[in-house]
Amino acid sequence: MSLFEPVGVTHYLIVGAVMFVIGAICMATKRNALGILMGIELVLNGANINFVAFGSQYLRTETLGLDGQLVALFVIVLAAAEAAVALAIALNFYNNHATIDVDRADELKG
Amino acid sequence: MVPSEWLPRLLGIAVLLPLVAFVVNVLVGPALKKYAAYLSTLMICLAFVCSMTALVLAWLPYHDPAPAGHGDSEPHAAATSMIIPVADQPQHAHQEIAAYTGYWYRLGQFGSLHLDIGYYIDSLAVCMFCMVTLIASCIHFYSIGYMHDEESEYTDHEVTLSDGSYLTRPGRFPRFFQYLSLFCFSMLGLVISGNIAMTFVFWELVGICSYFLIGFYVERPSASTAANKAFIVNRVGDFGMIIGLMVIWSTLGTFNFGDITKDEPGIFSLVRPAEHQHELIVPAKMVQEAASEKVAEIVQHSESLETALSEIDACTDDWRKEGYGYWLMIVAGLGIFCGCVGKSAQFPLQTWLPDAMEGPTPVSALVHSATMVAAGVFLVGRFFPVFVPEVLLVIAVVGCITLFMAATIAITATDIKRVLAYSTISQLGYMMLALGVGGWMAGMLHLFTHAFFKSLLFMCSGSVIHGVHTNEMTEMGGLRKKMPVTAYTMLIGCLAISGAGIPFLIGFSGYYSKDAILEQVFSFWRYQPENAGWGALFFLVAAGSAGITAFYMFRLWFMTFAGAPRDQERYDHAHESPKVMYIPLIILSIFAVGVAWNFFDVSLTNLLEQARPLGTAASVQGEIVQQWWPDEHLAHQEKIVFPVTLIAFGTAVTGFLLAMLFYGLRVLNAQEVQQQFHMVYRFLLNKWWFDELYDFLWVRPTLLISRLVTGIDRRWIDGLIDGLADCTKRFSQWGDRWVDQGVVDGFANLIARWTFNTGLSLRRVQTGQLRQYVMFIALGTVAIFILISLFWSRTLAG
Repeated sequence: MSLFEPVGVTHYLIVGAVMFVIGAICMATKRNALGILMGIELVLNGANINFVAFGSQYLRTETLGLDGQLVALFVIVLAAAEAAVALAIALNFYNNHATIDVDRADELKG
Repeated sequence: MVPSEWLPRLLGIAVLLPLVAFVVNVLVGPALKKYAAYLSTLMICLAFVCSMTALVLAWLPYHDPAPAGHGDSEPHAAATSMIIPVADQPQHAHQEIAAYTGYWYRLGQFGSLHLDIGYYIDSLAVCMFCMVTLIASCIHFYSIGYMHDEESEYTDHEVTLSDGSYLTRPGRFPRFFQYLSLFCFSMLGLVISGNIAMTFVFWELVGICSYFLIGFYVERPSASTAANKAFIVNRVGDFGMIIGLMVIWSTLGTFNFGDITKDEPGIFSLVRPAEHQHELIVPAKMVQEAASEKVAEIVQHSESLETALSEIDACTDDWRKEGYGYWLMIVAGLGIFCGCVGKSAQFPLQTWLPDAMEGPTPVSALVHSATMVAAGVFLVGRFFPVFVPEVLLVIAVVGCITLFMAATIAITATDIKRVLAYSTISQLGYMMLALGVGGWMAGMLHLFTHAFFKSLLFMCSGSVIHGVHTNEMTEMGGLRKKMPVTAYTMLIGCLAISGAGIPFLIGFSGYYSKDAILEQVFSFWRYQPENAGWGALFFLVAAGSAGITAFYMFRLWFMTFAGAPRDQERYDHAHESPKVMYIPLIILSIFAVGVAWNFFDVSLTNLLEQARPLGTAASVQGEIVQQWWPDEHLAHQEKIVFPVTLIAFGTAVTGFLLAMLFYGLRVLNAQEVQQQFHMVYRFLLNKWWFDELYDFLWVRPTLLISRLVTGIDRRWIDGLIDGLADCTKRFSQWGDRWVDQGVVDGFANLIARWTFNTGLSLRRVQTGQLRQYVMFIALGTVAIFILISLFWSRTLAG
């Protein structure tokens, strides 16, 4: 495999893996709740790229077809819903603690 | 109307109507309020209509009540000799009895034995129906007036509560009529019943009703005690009756009075079979039962069953002559009579009736004068053909003792109702005496006449009590002016019970019945071939007590209605009773005067004559006792009737004049006589010490025994049970401690502690650091991947 080959599934997978890892690192290192949310978006969309790539009929013959595209759409919808809930939690947390530092959110620990 | 079809229907309906009223009143009585009374009254009136219809339309047209030839059956020998041998008795031409037997419902059948709800309808039953329903109707109307206090809240002035106030309770108007209806049902059922078992059932129903009614004012200790006393004393008599029933059932195998079919003879045809000219003989079954040893001997020695049976049949007559089975007849008769002694308050079970006056007065009028106590006499009359001469003698002796004792006690009683109660006992004694000396007709006639005038007297006394609010005659006097209707109807009652009349011409109803009794007793004495001591004693006591009867009845009347008032305040408040109460008095007084009169050959006597049990019109001689029971027709002879009528008239007038002197004109002073005969007075005032005697003989020993048994119960049995309970408790405590707390709880606690420790150790993972969790997820994922890649194989993939 090299960068000079025509663009194929592999390229997309590389991009998706990079996005996934960036997102995971973002979630693991950020103390700001909004940063973590962004990391989650990156993880989800990294996965989405894989689905779209596997679903595309231009890239390979054994394609997932529309199934891949549909799963990607589901993930987008779920991400939106999750973001709404997460933002609401973040807002409430801010109202109660005047901060959105996730390290401060340890009141329910065992 | 065909009598055999219509009589059971009409009388059956008459029995059931009061039951309907009872059931309705039980279910919805309190909601009906005073309409409950109207319902009961309506039902009993309808029952009266049914009974009268039965008498007038179904009985009289088919059974001509003209006298059945007294003339030709008059014994000719009597003219020449006072003594007639039994063998010379003329055989009566009429050997058929007009009675309808059958059953409505068969309760049970055991081989050839069966028990029915059946009927035995003869003119006696029909007349009883008319009498009971008429008197009951009058009393229902009367009760509507008498019990009106009960319609709303009732304050009982004889019950004081612990705080000193009088008891106030909801009125029991519907309940009273509910009991009355049940009572009427029971009494009518008793009269119509076709077998002795059914009689016994209704007998007990009557008893329980009287228990309810006597104890109507249940909060008064005296009333509830009296109710218990009545019930328990009756139980003593009924015990004897059960023995009689057992003898009849086990030896005769039937309870039926009459023959339902030709193949099923009833008791009457068994003891007086037609082939013996209806003479009383011991039934074959009873003889064989008594001679069971000889029967067993024959069965052992004969080859086949048929020969044994025929030999037994052949021997039965000989055994009968030897006297086998006769004692069974005596036991059966005495047993049945025992029940009658209890119900009719005869010596020695007479003590309950005076106490039963604790019930409301209409109850006394219905239950304790005309119906329930008459049931005993009625049953003796019904069972008359079964009684052997020895039993008859016992009946006569008991009746004789009772009538004398009760009459003497009535002289000293001052409670108006108690005088009447003792008078009732005495008159019932007269009936028993009459039956005991062979005077079936005399006894039954007196049953009817007495029912009318005694219920009249009781209702009059109730009217007086209603007016002056006291039972004590010593607080009355002069009430004639205040309550004229009550006074004069009561005077009629007094005249009737004293047997007033113009000798040989006409008289009140009591004149006929009492003279009939005295005539029968006199002929029992005069025709006695030898040993006339019993007869003489009976006659002297009966005639003497007739005088006493007149004395105490007019004493009552004079003390209540004549002279100057003894208690001015009570006199001032006295008032005549309302119409609903005194119109029944007038109706009953008409009957008290004329019930025994003869209207164109239709008279009570002639009607009852149709019901005379077969064979009882003949003279009989005792087997063990050397007495001779003369034929009842003999008592109608001139030489009997003439002296007896004069004696009866004489004693009654003497009694009346004495009462007049003591209490009417108050010329003689009763107090002086009381002091003169101090001992006798105290003896009578304390009712011959019977209550004290029974208290000493039965009540105290019973209480003593019960106390003893209580002691044993408390100390031994309770101790044992307490010990057992303690053991059980200790055992369960041990079980609780070791098994439950140790093993079961320990196991549960162990699991709980485990779970708790696991939770404690796992809580450290929950740090609350979000970034740490992400690290765990990432590292976990990586770890899973590494593990999968290390251990990947085909089998894992499936």
